[in-house]
Amino acid sequence: MSNRGRIEFLERNSYRQRRFRDGARMLPLFAAVLMLLPLMWPREAPDQSLTSNSMIYLFGLWIMLVIVAYLLSKVLRFVGGDSDPESTKESGGASD
Amino acid sequence: MISFNLLIAVSVGYVAFLFFVAFAAERRAAQGKTAWLRSSSIYTLSLSIYCTAWTFYGAVGYAARSGLEFLTIYLGPTLVMIGWWWLVRKLVRIGRTQRLTSIADLISSRFGKSAVLGVLVTLLAIVGTTPYIALQLQSVTQSIGVFAVNSGESWGASDLSRAGMWVAGGLAVFTILFGTRNLDAHERHHGIVLAIAVEAVVKLFALLAVGVFVVWGVAGGVGPTMELIDASAQSQWDPSPSRWMGLIFVSAGAFLCLPRMFQVMVVENSDERNLSTASWAFPTYLLFMSLFVMPIAVVGLDLMPTGANPDLFVVTVPLSEGRDGLAILAFLGGFSSATSMVIVATLALATMVSNHIVVPSWLNARTPGATVSGDVRGVVVMSRRISIGVILALGYIYFRLSGGGAALAAIGLVSFTGVVQVLPAMIGGVFWRGANRWGAGAAISLGFAVWAWTQFLPSFGVDGVISQAVFDDGPFGIGWLRPYALCGIEGIDPFVHAVFWSMLLNIGALILVSILTFPNPLERLQGAQFVNVYDYSSGARTWSQSAAQAEDLLVMAQRILGGAKAQAIFQAEARSQGKSGFLPDVTPDFISRLERELAGSVGAATAHAMIGQLTEGAMVSVDDLIAVADETAQIMEYSSQLEAKSAEQEQTARALREANEKLTALSIQKDAFLSQISHELRTPMTSIRSFSDILRDSQVDDGARKRFAGIIHEEANRLTRLLDDLLDLGVLESGQVQLNIGQGSLGDVLDRAVLASGVQAGALHIERRAANEGVILNTDLDRLAQVFINLISNAAKYCAADSPELRIIVRQLDGHTAVDFCDNGAGVPGESQSLIFEKFSRLEDAGMAGGAGLGLSICRQIMGALGGDVAYLPGQGGAGFRVTIPHGDVGANELAAQ
Repeated sequence: MSNRGRIEFLERNSYRQRRFRDGARMLPLFAAVLMLLPLMWPREAPDQSLTSNSMIYLFGLWIMLVIVAYLLSKVLRFVGGDSDPESTKESGGASD
Repeated sequence: MISFNLLIAVSVGYVAFLFFVAFAAERRAAQGKTAWLRSSSIYTLSLSIYCTAWTFYGAVGYAARSGLEFLTIYLGPTLVMIGWWWLVRKLVRIGRTQRLTSIADLISSRFGKSAVLGVLVTLLAIVGTTPYIALQLQSVTQSIGVFAVNSGESWGASDLSRAGMWVAGGLAVFTILFGTRNLDAHERHHGIVLAIAVEAVVKLFALLAVGVFVVWGVAGGVGPTMELIDASAQSQWDPSPSRWMGLIFVSAGAFLCLPRMFQVMVVENSDERNLSTASWAFPTYLLFMSLFVMPIAVVGLDLMPTGANPDLFVVTVPLSEGRDGLAILAFLGGFSSATSMVIVATLALATMVSNHIVVPSWLNARTPGATVSGDVRGVVVMSRRISIGVILALGYIYFRLSGGGAALAAIGLVSFTGVVQVLPAMIGGVFWRGANRWGAGAAISLGFAVWAWTQFLPSFGVDGVISQAVFDDGPFGIGWLRPYALCGIEGIDPFVHAVFWSMLLNIGALILVSILTFPNPLERLQGAQFVNVYDYSSGARTWSQSAAQAEDLLVMAQRILGGAKAQAIFQAEARSQGKSGFLPDVTPDFISRLERELAGSVGAATAHAMIGQLTEGAMVSVDDLIAVADETAQIMEYSSQLEAKSAEQEQTARALREANEKLTALSIQKDAFLSQISHELRTPMTSIRSFSDILRDSQVDDGARKRFAGIIHEEANRLTRLLDDLLDLGVLESGQVQLNIGQGSLGDVLDRAVLASGVQAGALHIERRAANEGVILNTDLDRLAQVFINLISNAAKYCAADSPELRIIVRQLDGHTAVDFCDNGAGVPGESQSLIFEKFSRLEDAGMAGGAGLGLSICRQIMGALGGDVAYLPGQGGAGFRVTIPHGDVGANELAAQ
């Protein structure tokens, strides 16, 4: 009897779905930290073109966030009914 | 050089186009074609009212003054939208289930439908938004002024204010026309939403067009633009970290708390799925809106003469380059930004004012019960229209008074920080069940006060409202209350100072006061519904024991919702209750559903108050909750009763099962007995018949005749005995037995019994203790002796020991005399112990002893008649029987002589 390829107790799709939701909740936190990053750049040297570099960085970050949010919006599923099944199914793991 | 009249013509044409779009949308919606109006792209575009004239003109000015800091205003909302799963989704869900009409409604509804909180939030929103509306009017008039000057006309202050008045008046007409068409906010304002979606496209297109022109038309490409940026005064971007973080926080909070944002994001949301698209599409929109701000600012600074207002670079740069068409497009973009914001903000505020201030006051001014006689629908719509007019008038007055001098960005930030004071109560209310109305009230009031003192009042300038002396030394010389240095901490950026202190005290008050006070029951119900909105599909029961009559409710609902809709709701409810017609039973569920419907029109607090009047003020009280709890307790009690009953039944069933087993066993025994008894009757009969035949037919000698007659006699006796036993049992069982009560010593009765049983001394050894037997009995001694005889002869018959022994022990047991007959035989097996006293019962081997199986049964009947009992006494080493004799009148006395 081989156990390979068997998944016990977990339904793969709903498990994945819950992790996507975790990711969706974490995304703004990471984004906020990354938005604060330019504050820590060294500013001693003159003529660093800080504004243009920061512009490139911030808009680059912004585009990345849009892409991640887009991907998340594609994979996150609204479950038809009113209840949030993860809260009821996943005992103790509900964070809504 | 474009003529000023052309600009006016274009503007009027554009406004007419917007009216047409709104009308068309309303008409399509009226035909039921709302699918595309509910699409996610329309929703995303309507969110863009976040980008007002402050963005369109102000962002460039902001960038020209403080470099990249302007981005924070767009990064904050980006964070909120990409984190939609966490908060915005919940707000939207709550908004739908509770049918919220505004942010004031959210706060009021969450904290027990508190009218006071609704008023507080409404006031805060008005104070925070009025300058913002003024700002929009100012930006439109300023940009018109630019064109006027450009076309050579001379524009004075009076011309500016007249233009402002025209704009404000036009906006009021538009908002009243499309914003108060239907009363139920949840029917959604399709006309307005579509118009602002169109405006969103126009403003984005205009700003992008100006940006493209500036980068590729003026600066000469991306590279040169970057060089220009690096060469500008803003190249060494050195943000203050506290400002950077504070601005991101405030803009994120304002995105959620601004009344107009709440309106489009939550109230006008028709499908939660739209959020999923908006989560990435709206940040994209913001990104494009911000993309060319920095280049326009830098090129403007480079191109325009020193002292030119950077807030107007979006219009002045194309104008100075001779691009009149582009300038007009830019003007329309700014116009769109301003008007869409004013329309939605005014609508949202008017809803709040009418639902939380006007209608409740109007209701209070009437005696209870008069509600149903007044046309509430008309009052609500009228109050909303008047509110729209008043709010726009306020904005206009503020615009006139402020004189349009301050930088746009400053006013925007003041407004943002003001509305963010609602954020802690909102987040607390949505995620923390412990937050209560005292906490929320304290938080909002304190935050409001600190904001007013440290930011709003100082924004009028030194000596505007607060004098220089107060700035320097604090009010009444109290140094630690200085507006820019609370608690004596100086040197903080005024914006950060205001945000820090107002938020600190706001959140602190929310937590502390909520912990120290108690919520009322309705608050706790609402709290649970808000915090666990995904678990509750329906509302909690907020009304019980309603005294409202269905007809009264229908009359009231018609006044608010309109006849057709109210009747439809009532009919649907009646149908779901299985009734026909329009009047359903007034159940608590129905009342709370109806209340939510009404709340969609007039707000939760008002709807609650109106239903409250009809239900005779039956607000949820502790008593109601106790009643609900009692109900639950009753149900639980009932179920435990059922449980007990079923246990009882099970017991009965077990008893019945046992009885059935007994009966079955008895019936088998009886069959066996009948065959036995017929055999026993036949045997003597056969011998009697045959011997009497011999005597009759043949000559026999005397000896034989005597012998035969003796046999016949003996057999007849046996038959008689058998029949006697049966008769005896019959008499005993029917209770007609005649007792012959006499007095005697137990010892004598035992002596007689041992003698009468005819037991041979060698066959059964009887052990007695005479000392205990001196009990005087007052009973039927003959019958008692009969019982003893039976037991002794049974022992003699059935005791299978090698040297049979019978112990007769007399004991005194609480009020009874017990006589135990214990032999040393095999005893009676457990399964037979319950059967031996039954009639006709015999143990399987009983046939050997020739008994009829009636003896023990007779014993039991006799003892029953005597008031005592005979029972099998297990565990005595053999068969044991205990005869219990009640003490008669003298039973307790022992004869001293014996």
